[in-house]
Amino acid sequence: MDLEYGPEYDDFRSEVINFIKENEGVKLSGPMRDESRVNWQQKLIDNGYFARSVPKEYGGYGGHMDIIKLRIIAEEFAKSPIPKAMGGQGIQMLVPTLLSLGTEEQKQAYIRPTLRGEMIWCQGYSEPNSGSDLASLQTKGELDGDEWVINGQKIWTSTAQLAQMCFILVRTEPDAPKHQGISYLLMPMDSEGIDRRPIKQMTGDSDFNELFLTDVRIPAENIVGSRGEGWQVANATLGHERGSLADPNVTQNRLNSLIDLMKTETIDGQRVIDKPIFRDRLLSIQGRLMAQQSNALRILSSQINDGQDATLAKFIVKLQGTELRHELEGLAIDAMGELGTLYEDSPHLRDHGAWQQTYMYYLGLIIGGGTNQIQKNIISERALGMPKEPKVQGA
Amino acid sequence: MYFGLSEEQKSLEENISKFLSDNAPLDTIKAVADGEEAKADDIHKGIIELGLSGLMVPESYGGLGLNMLFATVVSSALGAGTAPVPYAGAYVMAPIAITLAGDEDQKNEWLPKIAGGEKVIGVGLSEFVGAREDAGIEFDKGKVSGRSLFLIDGKNADAYLLANKSGELFLIDSSSKGITVTELVTVDKTRTSIELTLDKVDATLLPGSSDLSVIEKVLDAGRLMLSADTVGASQVMLDKAVAYSLERKQFGRLIGSFQAVKHMCAEMAAELEPCHSMIWHAAHSQDSSTEDARLMACQTKAHVSEVGKQISKTSTEVHGGMGFTDELGLHYWFKRIGLNRQLLGSPELIREEAGKLQGFDQ
Repeated sequence: MDLEYGPEYDDFRSEVINFIKENEGVKLSGPMRDESRVNWQQKLIDNGYFARSVPKEYGGYGGHMDIIKLRIIAEEFAKSPIPKAMGGQGIQMLVPTLLSLGTEEQKQAYIRPTLRGEMIWCQGYSEPNSGSDLASLQTKGELDGDEWVINGQKIWTSTAQLAQMCFILVRTEPDAPKHQGISYLLMPMDSEGIDRRPIKQMTGDSDFNELFLTDVRIPAENIVGSRGEGWQVANATLGHERGSLADPNVTQNRLNSLIDLMKTETIDGQRVIDKPIFRDRLLSIQGRLMAQQSNALRILSSQINDGQDATLAKFIVKLQGTELRHELEGLAIDAMGELGTLYEDSPHLRDHGAWQQTYMYYLGLIIGGGTNQIQKNIISERALGMPKEPKVQGA
Repeated sequence: MYFGLSEEQKSLEENISKFLSDNAPLDTIKAVADGEEAKADDIHKGIIELGLSGLMVPESYGGLGLNMLFATVVSSALGAGTAPVPYAGAYVMAPIAITLAGDEDQKNEWLPKIAGGEKVIGVGLSEFVGAREDAGIEFDKGKVSGRSLFLIDGKNADAYLLANKSGELFLIDSSSKGITVTELVTVDKTRTSIELTLDKVDATLLPGSSDLSVIEKVLDAGRLMLSADTVGASQVMLDKAVAYSLERKQFGRLIGSFQAVKHMCAEMAAELEPCHSMIWHAAHSQDSSTEDARLMACQTKAHVSEVGKQISKTSTEVHGGMGFTDELGLHYWFKRIGLNRQLLGSPELIREEAGKLQGFDQ
């Protein structure tokens, strides 16, 4: 057991701290794709604080994969209010997919603008009748000369209103078994025949959209992998999404805010944290979080040391992390009582309504990215070796 | 950076597991539970031969001088095997207390004998953590009087390590005059528990223990041992549940193919897997005396106890009616986890302590 990163990383950490100090004043306020955002993103790439291991010829920094350096960057940026590198499904899911499975032309065309934040992507996976059973999707893709013609409907498409491109799963081999009939295509969002309709969520925001696709034509070369291999291509990226949904270090920051809140809010003049039952709930959540942080260290260690198996440790992150976060936000609401129900711009509102907003948002994450019930299937089947449910005929 | 067990620690765990599966199978555990103490003594001798009694004794006193992470590995393996042997009190808490707070004579008298497996010291800190039945001991002019309940490893011990309410630690010889021993029968028949009634019994103070940090370290160590024992026992309960679900058929299917059962097992695994990392992490924090070492020990005991409770219930349910029988013997693990949960502070008590450690009461 050795939790030190080692002296060779001390210099690197000071370098990151210096960069953060020099850029303390930077604040980004413009919309997505605004020049100031693109410039900041490029500055982070140039210094190796973002897209660190993406090759230079595709617009990355071109460094070696070094998990500890990534961790140091994340730790130091988390402590400071300076803008973090952009995320999003293009950066987190599409770029890794293209790097491992894309053609040279695709890598050249898409990775650089995506990393720079000039090209926003949305994900066309779920359909109204294909949620947990994603592989049953029915949106059709037919090759007509040198073009794919796409017809169907997608749902839960994040940032579709802003996106220039969509990575989309369509059924191109209708006669093949369901997992072998899907292809992974890259669809420009300014193509004719795309109708976007925002979905208003329980939070009041509209992060998602429905996409109605009618005779949308895209070039035949806009396919990643071969025809019928789309399921494998997509699965390579779902792993990236799951890992990023519930980082216990982010939850730690939130727990600190909850402790502050419980020391500030009062009931009949008594601090909420002094009420034994509230305090016990807080400490229970802290105990669970500490377990998840230890689990995260084990995963980190398995990435830098050969022969350490952390399969099960990884499978549980999304399930445990989203449930804990939802409960943490819920405790904050209980600590505020009636005040905790205030929303939008009501008098007496605390923290801009963030606790309610996040409480609901994390319920969304419990459902999204593979519902937590699907996560339990994955854990029981892939980590514990339990059998799948018998197939229903015709499904 | 490496987070996990070393090769040496892994092979220690394997050796203990192998020893227990060869020498303490379920039939033996049942015999011990039914009162055949000689069988427990044989297993005890075996773990002494494996060197476990001397693990925490410094090398200069004839021990191996290893650290809490090693002790955690041992305790987890003993919990997995529901081993009917002394450990947490006799071979971890007692040597740590004497090493930290004993004078040279006390160290020379006790430590080599602990390491050699010649002497067992029972440990009674229950009254310091939270006295029940108005128990408690007082020290006056070299004598202790009062009562102490739920001594860990106290049955047939050669000496007792006790604490008064201010956290000072005392050693008394079990053959001294004025001691009445009452056996307490808990649900867990794989370990013993006793009550001491003391009437002006000769006692020696561990001089360093006027520093409160000594009893805190001893408590942290004990709590981590109980946590590790629960994690080991819980892992076996989960493994047994999965294995049973892959044998048992109903409605023409393995019950392990029903989502209801799969999700029970997935939930157990999702809760338990981080607990392995948590006990290692907490032990490492003790070994490197980090600032949050006490908080981690408290939160680990509290959290692992909660997870253990859930797993001991769920695993029994997965086994259906068989889970409830004596024949299957699953209840030995259930009860072991149940005793660990209450010893040295139940989760609610320990979380209260964890709150104070962070100044939540200020």
